[in-house]
Amino acid sequence: MMMFLSTRGLRFAQPTLQLIAACGCMIALANPASAYMAYVSNEKSNTVSVIDTDKLEVIKTIKVGQRPRGIELTKDGKFCLVAVGDDDTIQMIDTKTGEVTANLPSGPDPELFTLDPAGKVLYVANENDNTVTVIDMDKRVPLGEVQVGVEPEGMGLSPDGKILVNTSETTNMAHFIDTATRQIVANVLVDSRPRFAAFKSDGSELWVSAEVGGSVSIIDPVKHAVTGKITFAIAGLRSEAIQPVGISMTKDGKTAFVALGPANRVAVVDGKTHEVKKYLLVGQRVWHMAFTPDEKYLLTTNGISNDVSVIDVASLKAIKSIQVGELPWGVTITQH
Amino acid sequence: MIRFPALTLLILFGLTAAAVAAEPLDVKIGYLRRTAHPETISLTQMAPPDDGLAGAQMAAKDNDTTGRFLNQRFSLIDLHLKPDADPAAAMAQLADQGVSLVVADLPADALLKAADAGKARGMLFFNAAALDDRLRQQDCRANVIHTAPSRAMLADGLAQYLVWKKWNRWLLVTGSHERDKLYAAALKRAATRFGAKIVQEREFKDTGGARRTDSGVVQIQRQIPVFTQQAPDYDVLVAADESEVFASYLPYRTWDARPVAGSAGLMPTSWDASNGLWGGIQMQNRFIAQFRRLMTALDMQAWTAVRMIGEAVSRKNSADPKVIFDFLKSPQLALGAFKGQKLTLRDWDLQLRQPILLTDARTIVSVSPQEGFLHQYSELDTLGYDRPETKCKLQ
Repeated sequence: MMMFLSTRGLRFAQPTLQLIAACGCMIALANPASAYMAYVSNEKSNTVSVIDTDKLEVIKTIKVGQRPRGIELTKDGKFCLVAVGDDDTIQMIDTKTGEVTANLPSGPDPELFTLDPAGKVLYVANENDNTVTVIDMDKRVPLGEVQVGVEPEGMGLSPDGKILVNTSETTNMAHFIDTATRQIVANVLVDSRPRFAAFKSDGSELWVSAEVGGSVSIIDPVKHAVTGKITFAIAGLRSEAIQPVGISMTKDGKTAFVALGPANRVAVVDGKTHEVKKYLLVGQRVWHMAFTPDEKYLLTTNGISNDVSVIDVASLKAIKSIQVGELPWGVTITQH
Repeated sequence: MIRFPALTLLILFGLTAAAVAAEPLDVKIGYLRRTAHPETISLTQMAPPDDGLAGAQMAAKDNDTTGRFLNQRFSLIDLHLKPDADPAAAMAQLADQGVSLVVADLPADALLKAADAGKARGMLFFNAAALDDRLRQQDCRANVIHTAPSRAMLADGLAQYLVWKKWNRWLLVTGSHERDKLYAAALKRAATRFGAKIVQEREFKDTGGARRTDSGVVQIQRQIPVFTQQAPDYDVLVAADESEVFASYLPYRTWDARPVAGSAGLMPTSWDASNGLWGGIQMQNRFIAQFRRLMTALDMQAWTAVRMIGEAVSRKNSADPKVIFDFLKSPQLALGAFKGQKLTLRDWDLQLRQPILLTDARTIVSVSPQEGFLHQYSELDTLGYDRPETKCKLQ
């Protein structure tokens, strides 16, 4: 394992050093933002790393259950929720004390999940069960479940909270679920192994990444039809290595970032034209991302290099890498 | 006048849509098997009675889950051929049941007979079991897709790793059966391709007898050191023993302290129950939940075949083997099969490109192609017979 890491790491050692050198002055010049905290799930370490996004360093490491992956904060910021798949639950970390205080009845092997805009209902993808579980956050009890395709993973909620989109990795579909009736209203085929679903903040488009297919489908959420497809090409990389997973879009919908997994890059995409503008070199096997609330920084989790890259959104540059636990998977950042 | 036909069309279209909604597209898949699973040296490696079939059943269930949303239904027809039965007659039997897609767990000759008999009926075959390179070379068929890796692919996957380890000097021990010799030939080809040297080849003769006996271990502990002594200097003992006669007895018993690879020790395979890479854990969990046993390579190869059919049917909404075949052969195919990348077909011999796992039956030690083995089109084409080497003429 170590030998594998070191031979691969060599190629990136040089640019990383330069980036770190460059970032020193960037930070010195930057105005201090209010302290936001980023929570990073480390799938192999069974921990959550807490990063101060002012200092851009890890200030705390929290022990959690087995195989933490999906991670999100409650709307009031009081709890960080983390899906610990091998323990078949979602744990609630009190953000004040940094301790796990409760477990949610998530159903088996929870992976990704999303909260409704009011923060009252949690929707969880259960990979082993072909279901989406609906949980009442006040009472912390399951409200019901929806049968979806094989290996549900991505979860995206429309901005008005009326439509939940779940992607199923082996069925290769985006399932549109009416959150009021909990019935599937439409199914849209996308490319192979869809991992992530994200709505534009105005609700006009749904973007779904396909990891094995190597594309992002743009879907019209009213017509339930694929209206466009983003593909990626990086000089010197075979198409098999380009595996889109996480998608993060700025609130104004103008810029989207797509994490390309083992391509070790994040693609910068024009939100309107869907044209790929740039590829940013980050750590190895980049999967998920989160913005600071001011959208100054975008943090990416890089599984194989065990670090988080910090992208400066204005200059579109990776300015720093922060070592976290082993196999960092997901990231979420406080909004207050 | 203008509106009238448009309205008629609308009604017709509506009726068709309603009819489709009422009648699901029925996709029948034959599962044809005659492989006699041999006795194995290891009790834990004995093939389960539903080896392969279970993988096909799980894929049919996966396809059905998707089919619920697309109004498609998949069914498997399991046909177990007796050793002396004529595969051609079985084809007629399957065709009469409306089956034109067949997943086969058959030895090479029986597979060719079945495929040739099914050709006139437009049947499409998926070879989930036979490793023979000749099925991808001179004996290839235009209606046979291979989800099983070939011996050359397995040998190349192993050789790349051994060369990466700089274990370049091999002592090759070959069994006395035909398929052992075929595997040895693939290993020799791999050694030549990747720069390893076979310092000596020895044959381990099958003299008959039981695979395991109560106090056999005492004798074996004395026999294997004697068999492996006086070898020229070597780095690794590579065994070709598909017949399960001796290879599992080699590790820890060789005269010189050397690792074993091939049919024992470090083994190349398409799948192993220990593989949790690339979401594989989900696959293992689902399989264990459904069948209460571990998933084998044959299960995976059969799963892949039935999933390929499901993938084509979901994209093309057709059960026509011609439509399915055209889709699978096209660059549109990007099959997800828990191998860390999309799988596609080689258009020159209809072999599914796939990484080769290297396992010691407890963990995944590595996955080939190894880093640094480059290819202008796909690194997966460093495994097996590449386009310029092919002897296959698809017809």
